[in-house]
Amino acid sequence: MIDPIFLAEAAVNGLLLGGVLALLALGLNLIFGVIDIVWIAYVDLVMICMYAVYFAVQVYGWPMWIGGLASVALGALLGVAVHVLIISPILGSAPVNQLLATGGLLFFLQSFATFLWTTDHRSVRLTLPTIEFGGMFLSFARLIAFAVALLVTLGLYLFLRHTYVGTAIRAVSQDRDAMALMGANPRTIYIVTSAVGGALAGVAAALLIIQYSVHPFFGAAFGPLTFMICVLGGLGNMVGAFVASFIMSEVISIGGVMWSTEMGYVIAFVFFIVMIFARPGGILGKRA
Amino acid sequence: MSAGRLIGGVLLAVMVAVPFVPMHGMRQYVLHVLIQIFIWSFIGGAWSLMGRFGLVSLGHGAFLGLGAYTTTLLWNFFGLTPWLGTLVAVALTAVFAVVVAYPCSRFSVIGHYFGLVTLAVGEVIRLLIIAERDWTGGSLGLTVRPAGVDSLVAVQFADKRVFYYAGLVLWALGLWVWHRLDRSMARSAMEAIGEDETAAASVGIHVTRFKIGITVLSAVLTAVGGIAYAQYIAYVNPDTLAGIGVSLRIVFAVVLGGMYALLGPTVGTALTIALAEVLRVVFGVSYVGMAETIYGLLLIVFIIFLPSGIYGSLRDLLRRPRGATPAAPATA
Repeated sequence: MIDPIFLAEAAVNGLLLGGVLALLALGLNLIFGVIDIVWIAYVDLVMICMYAVYFAVQVYGWPMWIGGLASVALGALLGVAVHVLIISPILGSAPVNQLLATGGLLFFLQSFATFLWTTDHRSVRLTLPTIEFGGMFLSFARLIAFAVALLVTLGLYLFLRHTYVGTAIRAVSQDRDAMALMGANPRTIYIVTSAVGGALAGVAAALLIIQYSVHPFFGAAFGPLTFMICVLGGLGNMVGAFVASFIMSEVISIGGVMWSTEMGYVIAFVFFIVMIFARPGGILGKRA
Repeated sequence: MSAGRLIGGVLLAVMVAVPFVPMHGMRQYVLHVLIQIFIWSFIGGAWSLMGRFGLVSLGHGAFLGLGAYTTTLLWNFFGLTPWLGTLVAVALTAVFAVVVAYPCSRFSVIGHYFGLVTLAVGEVIRLLIIAERDWTGGSLGLTVRPAGVDSLVAVQFADKRVFYYAGLVLWALGLWVWHRLDRSMARSAMEAIGEDETAAASVGIHVTRFKIGITVLSAVLTAVGGIAYAQYIAYVNPDTLAGIGVSLRIVFAVVLGGMYALLGPTVGTALTIALAEVLRVVFGVSYVGMAETIYGLLLIVFIIFLPSGIYGSLRDLLRRPRGATPAAPATA
C-alpha cells in the first residue's frame, strides 16, 4: 500500500504541472480555434525557446527574468515565421497536408537542434529551495511556474475579452467568413494569433526550463500530451483545455506514483481515447 | 496498356536480376537499401489503403509494433517459429484494429479527431512496450534470438539475397492488394463514405462494416510489414517500430509519393530512403542531425509545392494531354 502522503504529494505536483500544461494547451488551442490547423510542431517551438533561455542564462549569464522575456519575444517571432512561411501558403489545401507540413517542421526543428546542440540534456541551474509542507516536499520552481502560468492565463483571458484585437480573434474563431464581412482582416488576425500563440510557447518554455532539462526530443515527450489535452477540452475551447490540463496532469502524476511513469501516461492516453468516444465535443462540449 | 505492361515486365526482370549484378563489393549495401525500400513501401501502401479514403491514421506504429513484438517475443521465449508467430500477430492485430475502429466509426470520429485518436493509440502501444521492460527490454529494444545457422524455421538468413526476394514478393503482394481494392466495389463505397458518411449511409452503404474492414486490412498488412522488418534487422525497438515518430515517417513517405496512385507509396518511400542514405553518406557522422534537418526541410517544401505528391503530380502532368483523346486508357 502506498503511503497517503506520497499520493497527496503526487496530487499537488500534478496540480502544479497542470498549470504549465494549461499554458501549452491554451497556446495551441488558440491557434487551432482561429486558424483551424493543428501545429504538430508547437511543443518543438517551446523546445527552441527553452534552449534560448538556457543560453541566455547559463552561457551569457543574463538574469532569469530577462531570459524569460527574450524567450517570449523569440516565441512570438517564431510563431509569426511559422505562419507566414509554412501555414499561409497552404491555408487552402487539404487538412492532411496542413497537418503534415507542421509535422515536417517537427522533424526539421528536432534534427536541427540535434545538429546545433547535440542530444545532451541541458538545464538552467537555479538554486531554488524545496518547501516542506505537512510532510510533503514541494519544489519552489514548480510553485513559481504554476503561479506565473495562472497569471498569464488570466492575462490571456482579459486580452481576449477586453481588447479590440482579442474580440476580433474570438469572432474569427466563431465564424471566419462573417468576420471578413464585418471589416476585420482575417490575415492580420491570423498573424496576431500566431504571435500570441508563439509568445505563450515562450512563456511556457521559461517556466519549463526551471523544472526540466531541455534536449532536442523534448517536443516528442510533451507534444502528444498537449494535442490530447486540446482535443479533450474540445478543440478551440479555451476553458475546456484549461480543465483538461489539470485532469491529465493529475492522472499522469498519480498514476506515475502508483505504478510507473509510463503507466501513468498510458492511463492518461487511454482515458483520452475513451473520452473522445464518450464526449467527442470535449469534456465541456455539448454532445453532438 | 501493352506499353505499360512491357515496361512493367522489364522493370520486374531487372528487379529479379539485381542481386546477381556484379557491384564491386557494394552489393550488400545496395541490397540492404533495396530491402528497406521494399518493406517500407509495402507498409506505406498498407497505410494508404486507409489514408486515401480520408482515414488519416497517425498511429500505424501501433500495428507495426504489435506485429514485430508479438513474433519476436514468441520466438525468443517460446521458440515459436515466426511463421506461426505471424498468424498469432495477425489475429491479435485484427482484434486490436476492430477495438480501435469500431468505436471510431460508431461515434463518427473523423478528420483531425481520428488522427489524434490514432496518435494516442500509437503512443499507448509504445509506452506499454517500454513499461513492460522485463520482457521487452524497454526502450533498449530486444534482439531477435539468433538461430546460429540459416534457418527457414527461424526465418534467419545470412545471405541478404533471401530477404531481397522475400521483400520483392511482399512488395508485389502489397501492390496486388491495392490494385484489387482499387477495382472493387469497396472502393466506390469507401470513397462515398470519405466524402459524406450520412449520404453514403442513405444510399445503403454499411458505413461501419466498410470502415472496420478497411482498417483491419490496413492494420494486418502493416503488422506483417513490421514482422518482415524485425526479421530482417533482427532487432526490435519501441522508438523505431511504434509511436509517433515512425507513424509520421510512414505518412510522410506516402504523401510525398502521392497516396492516390498505385506506385505513389513506393516512389515516396524510395525517395525518402534514398535521400536519407545520400545525406548520411554526404554528411557522415561529422554533422549529426544535418541529414535529418534537410530531410525535414524538403518535406515542408514538397508539401507546400506538390500537394498531391511527386508521383501523383507527375502522373497528372503526363496524363493531361492524353486525357483529350477518348481512346487513351485511364489506368497506368
